[in-house]
Amino acid sequence: MDRNTSERQQVYAWGRLQPRAHVIVPAAFADEMVAAIRASDKRPLLCRGLGRSYGDVALNGGGYLLDTARADHFLTADWETGVVRAEAGLSFDALLRVCVPRGWFLPVTPGTKFVTLGGAVANDVHGKNQESAGTIGCHVRRIGLARSTGEMLDLSVDSPLFAATVGGLGLTGVIVWVELKLLPIRSATMDVETLAMARLDDFFRLSAESADWPYTVAWVDSLARGPSLGRGLFMRGRHADAGALTPHGRKQIAVPHVARHLLNRGTIALFNYFYRTRPWATGRGTMHYEPFFYPLDSLSDWNRLYGRRGFFQHQSVVPMKNAPETLRSLLELSAEGGEPSFLTVLKVLGDRPSPGLLSFPKSGVTLALDLANRGDGTRRLLDRMTDVVVAAAGRLYPAKDATMSGEAFRAGYPQWRQLEEQRDPALMSDFWRRVAADAA
Amino acid sequence: MSTDLVVILGATSAIAQAYARRRAAAGVRFVLAGRREERLKVVAADLVTRGAASAEPLLMDLSAIGAIESAVETIHARFGPPQEIVLAYGILGEQTVLERDVAAAQAALDVNFTSAALWQLAFLKGREATQPLTTIVIGSVAGDRGRRTNFIYGAAKAGIDIFVQGLAHAYAGTPARFVLVKPGFVDTPMTAGFVKSGPLWSTPDRVATDIERAVRRGARVVYTPWFWRPIMAVIRRLPWFVFRRLKI
Ligand SMILES: Cc1cc2nc3c(=O)[nH]c(=O)nc-3n(C[C@H](O)[C@H](O)[C@H](O)COP(=O)(O)OP(=O)(O)OC[C@H]3O[C@@H](n4cnc5c(N)ncnc54)[C@H](O)[C@@H]3O)c2cc1C
Ligand SMILES: NC(=O)c1ccc[n+]([C@@H]2O[C@H](COP(=O)([O-])OP(=O)(O)OC[C@H]3O[C@@H](n4cnc5c(N)ncnc54)[C@H](OP(=O)(O)O)[C@@H]3O)[C@@H](O)[C@H]2O)c1
Repeated sequence: MDRNTSERQQVYAWGRLQPRAHVIVPAAFADEMVAAIRASDKRPLLCRGLGRSYGDVALNGGGYLLDTARADHFLTADWETGVVRAEAGLSFDALLRVCVPRGWFLPVTPGTKFVTLGGAVANDVHGKNQESAGTIGCHVRRIGLARSTGEMLDLSVDSPLFAATVGGLGLTGVIVWVELKLLPIRSATMDVETLAMARLDDFFRLSAESADWPYTVAWVDSLARGPSLGRGLFMRGRHADAGALTPHGRKQIAVPHVARHLLNRGTIALFNYFYRTRPWATGRGTMHYEPFFYPLDSLSDWNRLYGRRGFFQHQSVVPMKNAPETLRSLLELSAEGGEPSFLTVLKVLGDRPSPGLLSFPKSGVTLALDLANRGDGTRRLLDRMTDVVVAAAGRLYPAKDATMSGEAFRAGYPQWRQLEEQRDPALMSDFWRRVAADAA
Repeated sequence: MSTDLVVILGATSAIAQAYARRRAAAGVRFVLAGRREERLKVVAADLVTRGAASAEPLLMDLSAIGAIESAVETIHARFGPPQEIVLAYGILGEQTVLERDVAAAQAALDVNFTSAALWQLAFLKGREATQPLTTIVIGSVAGDRGRRTNFIYGAAKAGIDIFVQGLAHAYAGTPARFVLVKPGFVDTPMTAGFVKSGPLWSTPDRVATDIERAVRRGARVVYTPWFWRPIMAVIRRLPWFVFRRLKI
């Protein structure tokens, strides 16, 4: 075993495109997170949570990477009011295990529970209930932020630095702890309804008809073309009134490292066909929250299925008035691209404002799809898709993006300069170097 | 029946915390011994949030041999007899430094062996004959064969191995039980200087799962993860002419 404290280690983002060399600084307690940013020298620092961001928001090639996931202590919890304060490294997975038996749930959750509080706040994540609940930032009450000046700040909702930190891509300081207001539930079970979508219009119709379902999302068969473009399944759910408050289990199936590039046109076509047409695919029922919110979490390292060269995700939002036309062109483009997307997801986003300055969601429709990396062709396809989004007054989600240009980013997020002003000079990411540095 | 009392020596250790979090869910009471007050308070609050009935920090240098007996008396007086003791503190040290610095080597041996052995004697001395007590001691695969890269640490862990074997023998047939845990490479602050990639590296959570299972099943020795048992069986048996050439 080699001891190499200062030696760099190769780190991948979730998309596994290109590893970058970092000096890893581990933190197991809050005091070590504070010390790390105070001690930072000329080399830039960036925090990393559980590395579930696809592109480069959590990479800082050549610099320090503060590994926060072990600093995961609960600091205070009031189970009467559902207000919990914990170190930023606490995962949603661990939080659910503790809060569900006590009748509380995450107010907002992304499609995986393997994210940290700090990472969730830094990307201001949204979930299937975005229309009613907004983003995670809408439920954060206070943030403990350490700055390289040596200050340890206790930020409340009305502070400008709070706004910059929510969705601040880890650039305003080290988030040391987060105070979150949870959602009361009576059961760990979900009432769920799944409906078939024959075409894109059905998605808009079903979304409009689902106002009394807090959670909605649609899965689209990326291979459907022409009149059946947008074919898929529309899922909606709500927390059930009856059922035990049993948290999720620990079982995970590992993807063997030999399973390279298992996701190709043939397997995806097969999967899509069975997924859509299995007799139990549509209808009403109940299920535990785990398969409802986190269908992919039962496979650990599923991102390896895309093979050695990794994969991209495109997630965009476009205003409702441009949505039907834009989605059609995006879906058509991605289908032409050769490699179909394994997971294509559509969802209507509402206008509940986030306190975050650079929050991704805005009123309209969001589309997310994965594309295996086939080199320049895939990058060109993603660029064309980005152009379509920008032309439709939309924007891409930094947590997923690995390719957009600085212009595309700045067009989507004109307020980016305010974040640059609030950025802690000790912090930097590969993402920010890519989209902001040239204009700053 | 009042809830179990679990005493953790070295409560800020990553492995100890992972194990304690599992025990917390059962609503036990904790005494958390260690030498960093702020961190002990953080661990205490965390365990109470996760379901512990209580968690009381006990601030002390655990290798302070002269303070061990009185600390055990204090614990008995304040909280009653423990049902479970976890010895998790330890230091790895830098072998090359320890070889040249006799005082530092002594400190390492005091932390990893002498004090750890004496804590057990002190707790057993205060125990009533009928009182069930499980002692969980974290040893190491480093104690299975002396190696050039860590034999001072390894010797202490080997010593504690023999010590726990002896206690288990002495207390066979009584409700006093002993579990010796032998982790391999675990990704914790103790190994912060290592490059942690490869299939041999494990996590505190994995180790904690194995400890919990070993306690439940009444195992006396547990290698964690399991594959260290065959690996160490081979390493122990390697003939000298092969072993001497290995850079491990
Ligand atoms: C299967 C899957 C499904 C997903 N579904 C959704 C979804 O539905 N909605 C959605 O919004 N997102 C979704 N995501 C994206 C994911 O929620 C975000 O990327 C999230 O931020 C990842 O959290 P993390 O802890 O892994 O952070 P990382 O990816 O490690 O880091 C993300 C950002 O947070 C910063 N950061 C992390 N910790 C701190 C800290 N302590 N202080 C300051 N900055 C910090 C990093 O610097 C980086 O900029 C999904 C991802 C996957 C893999
Ligand atoms: N990590 C591995 O690969 C590995 C492998 C085999 C065995 N082990 C054993 O596992 C046990 C737990 O270690 P870990 O991996 O969880 O590492 P860790 O997180 O670094 O824990 C070690 C703990 O011991 C404490 N400690 C050391 N000397 C002390 C003293 N004199 N008084 C009070 N506390 C003291 C440290 O406290 P401070 O923070 O105050 O220093 C620290 O909390 C140790 O016995 C170790 O030898 C570990």
